Amino acid sequence: MRHLLATLAGKAVKTVAKLRGGGSALPGLVAEKIDPNFLPRTLGNLPQGVVVISGTNGKTTTTKMVVELLQGQGLKVFTNRTGSNFTRGVVAAVLGETTIGGKLDADVAVLELDEAHAVHFVKLVAPRYCLLLNVMRDQLDRFGEIETTAGFLRQIAAATTEAVVLNREDPRIAALAESVTAERVHYFGLAPQLRAMFPNDDDMRSGGAGDASGLPAADVVLAACEGASATFTVGSRDIDAELKLTGVYNIYNAAAALALARTVVGADVDEDALLDSLEAVTPAFGRGESLTVNGKPLDLVLVKNPAGFRLALRSFPPAGFSTMIAINDNYADGRDMSWLWDVDFDSLAAAGVAEVSGVRANDMALRLFYEDVPVRHVDTDLSASLHRFIALEPDAPKRIYCTYTAMLALRRELGKLTEVEVVS
Amino acid sequence: MDAPVIDLLQLYPRDMNIYGDWGNVLVLRKRLQLRGYDVRLHEYNPGDTFPDQVDLIVGGGGQDSGQNKIQADLLQLGGRLRELADDGVPMLAICGLYQLFGNFFKTHTGEVIKGIGLLDIDTVGGPKRLIGNTVLESEEFGTVIGYENHSGQTYLKGGTQPLGTITKGEGNNGQDSTEGARYRNVVASYLHGSLLPKNPAVADFLGRHAALRRHGSFDDAPLEIPFEEQAREDAAARPR
Ligand SMILES: [Zn+2]
Repeated sequence: MRHLLATLAGKAVKTVAKLRGGGSALPGLVAEKIDPNFLPRTLGNLPQGVVVISGTNGKTTTTKMVVELLQGQGLKVFTNRTGSNFTRGVVAAVLGETTIGGKLDADVAVLELDEAHAVHFVKLVAPRYCLLLNVMRDQLDRFGEIETTAGFLRQIAAATTEAVVLNREDPRIAALAESVTAERVHYFGLAPQLRAMFPNDDDMRSGGAGDASGLPAADVVLAACEGASATFTVGSRDIDAELKLTGVYNIYNAAAALALARTVVGADVDEDALLDSLEAVTPAFGRGESLTVNGKPLDLVLVKNPAGFRLALRSFPPAGFSTMIAINDNYADGRDMSWLWDVDFDSLAAAGVAEVSGVRANDMALRLFYEDVPVRHVDTDLSASLHRFIALEPDAPKRIYCTYTAMLALRRELGKLTEVEVVS
Repeated sequence: MDAPVIDLLQLYPRDMNIYGDWGNVLVLRKRLQLRGYDVRLHEYNPGDTFPDQVDLIVGGGGQDSGQNKIQADLLQLGGRLRELADDGVPMLAICGLYQLFGNFFKTHTGEVIKGIGLLDIDTVGGPKRLIGNTVLESEEFGTVIGYENHSGQTYLKGGTQPLGTITKGEGNNGQDSTEGARYRNVVASYLHGSLLPKNPAVADFLGRHAALRRHGSFDDAPLEIPFEEQAREDAAARPR
């Protein structure tokens, strides 16, 4: 009886919250308060169990890929799409799709969880599988230290019952193999010649991941990557794919998604369907999108930590593009601006930056000055900056590197331009 | 005539370089270059040979694991660094190295990590991290702006002077309103941000003493750095 009440109360609050345009976590909070067993019972009964995806960078796009790969294998997948990836957000998402009787109609749940909140979540529901992507400097002002974040991921790995999928190229992630209690550890990885494109925080000043000898064998290796074309080595076979994602880091996440999907589906995996699904995946909302403005492409690239920003700059050559950078320091972005000094901006020096904007535009501009990157306009007003960016070079393809809240604001503003059309 | 040379050494860039410490090196180099100096950059990592000629030393913060990696090496190097400091070599020590420049760091669990005693300060691990935008007032440098992120609480001993007095944030220990420490031409602080881009007075103090000590003169003409003043104002106005 208590369970029915929790579901109904949660659903009622969800309706109210929707009407008020409120946050997605509130109804979850209500259901959690009334029935603390709500999540374990609802998710614990799924035939294929729960899959948790965590790590600093790339969770959202990777989760989207895994969901679509599993759907392509005929599974009914529940996921936390709302972007509220905290436990209460998961409760809220579950509420949205449960019957009044409290049953979730799905074969498997694939959940994107923030590192710190995943720890809370796995205490409630033991995942059957987990995928741990990377641990990089991010939101250090909230968690303090990379080692703390690695500790969170260690707890997720330890709580997982069947199989753990790890990034063998990230030393802190690979080291988690020691804490795994599940029977199986799987890896995804990079071919040696691609390793230099993925600096980690430890190599900040030495550039590129170092010694590769002694790495464990990986189920899926990203072997080559050029624009949106990629070659994955799966077992002993090479698979060529034409993706709808660009940026080396997105494509590396595709290797992670492949490794996880193959682990979940097991021996019955339909390889052709897997490739078809992979080639159809488009980037997740707000994680790098291609729009069309005045008939020209405009890419939004989310940057939130030094490793991610450095990867993005290496992934997207600036030649032929007009570039804007928008840096906010609101709570969701992280307040500490030191990370901008750990990114190399050399590659922008030749073409320069057309607009620098956001709350911390002046910090960003000062950073670029010290790297000899020419800047045309500096304006803390995002909207003014965006309109000038579009108006001054109407014929150039455009790219905007932006922090999370800057991206949300820019998207809203772009939505007001009627000629904007989302192409992916 | 060849440009006068300044030898700038970055201490432990491999293990103690996070939170934008590279920015401090970049700013010192650029400002000295703009004043006509030829800046030679040296990196010193554990096991490296310490260069004979050093005019300016910059060291930063690190993860706890980074501090473990450099600790033994730093203790060996301690005598040399103390000599250089006593001889007037300007140094900037941020966060992790600030702590290890002191007498000791006593962790949460009671473990005592020895420092090199270049600064008469003691640090103890605190129960919570002190995090956020920080502003202090310094007699020497005016308003100093940065971002702190540390759990160690540092106490100044003997006559050790602070870098400044906190007007926003927690500072050395969250209790006595002091932030950072000063000794001869050594500036030590918890502030990242990076510290020097938005605090040109501190950058020029370090550059001036490096040039005076090596070459006997320093051109004090102020530099016109775009966005510098505005970036300072923005940072000072942001929420904690
Ligand atoms: Zn620090």
